[in-house]
Amino acid sequence: MTLSIITFYVFASVAVASGLLVVLARDPVHSVAWMILTFFSSAGLMVLMGAEFVAMVLIIVHGGAVLVLMLFVIVMLDADLAELKGSLAENLPLGALIGFVLIVELGLVAANWAVPESARAARGAETPLITDTANTTALGLILYDDYILAFQLAGLILLVALVGVIVLTLRQRQDIKKQGGNGQTYPARGIDLKDFKPGQGV
Amino acid sequence: MHDPGGVGIEGYLTVSAILLAIGAVGIIVNRRNVIIVLMSIELMLLAASINFVAFSAHLQDMVGQIFAVFVLTITAAEAAIGVAILVCFYRKHGSISVENVNAMKG
Repeated sequence: MTLSIITFYVFASVAVASGLLVVLARDPVHSVAWMILTFFSSAGLMVLMGAEFVAMVLIIVHGGAVLVLMLFVIVMLDADLAELKGSLAENLPLGALIGFVLIVELGLVAANWAVPESARAARGAETPLITDTANTTALGLILYDDYILAFQLAGLILLVALVGVIVLTLRQRQDIKKQGGNGQTYPARGIDLKDFKPGQGV
Repeated sequence: MHDPGGVGIEGYLTVSAILLAIGAVGIIVNRRNVIIVLMSIELMLLAASINFVAFSAHLQDMVGQIFAVFVLTITAAEAAIGVAILVCFYRKHGSISVENVNAMKG
């Protein structure tokens, strides 16, 4: 049990420290790197809680895909990142105030919070014993059964996001030459079909 | 109730609350850099999914993990669209500084 406590404190402190560095780093590329570390540490916390599937999805989808997408955008936009700096010091008092108020509010909620006795009865789907059913299997049994509509709607949201991103970023460039199938095969003046008699020539 | 991961639910809720506050601070502090604002939003949503998983482990209820998966889905969609809007903005204005974005002011 002590090993899991030590592991919790390691992952928790790394998550909080790298989360702070995401916000405070000077270079957005460094921010992305710290964000990946935050996701890995949070995935470690989730593994400690027995949610392996969510942890692995967090690493693969977020550490692997979303943050790499952001990294690509930072690198390829070639924006002047120097002009974005310098606002840290002037905004820090307001930010620290809001963070402090948020922490105090959440602390007040946590101090007055208790699980009611009826909470166990109100559970949607009890977690099976890990010796009987693995986490991913148990998740799949519920996700594809009770939550199939929400699952499909989540897929629909991803489809809408996909289409929206393509619509937003696709542009027809006029300054490049490219292949145009119909225009090349059929000339603009059109094609006449003429019926010649055999043996007469044109 | 079941204690997730040795230290009980309080430790996980504390981490999640701190991450949420860091995300909120990041939005305020880095207002000019919209990429870091997007990452701060992701940090806040990560805190939410840690909360979902913590309560799922605490109450021994799988539904919390299902909702954590949905939160991660929404986060991915949001990040993709945010980055696409950023690319559009960069093409139009030639920079990603959003300090003085008031084109939509009525």
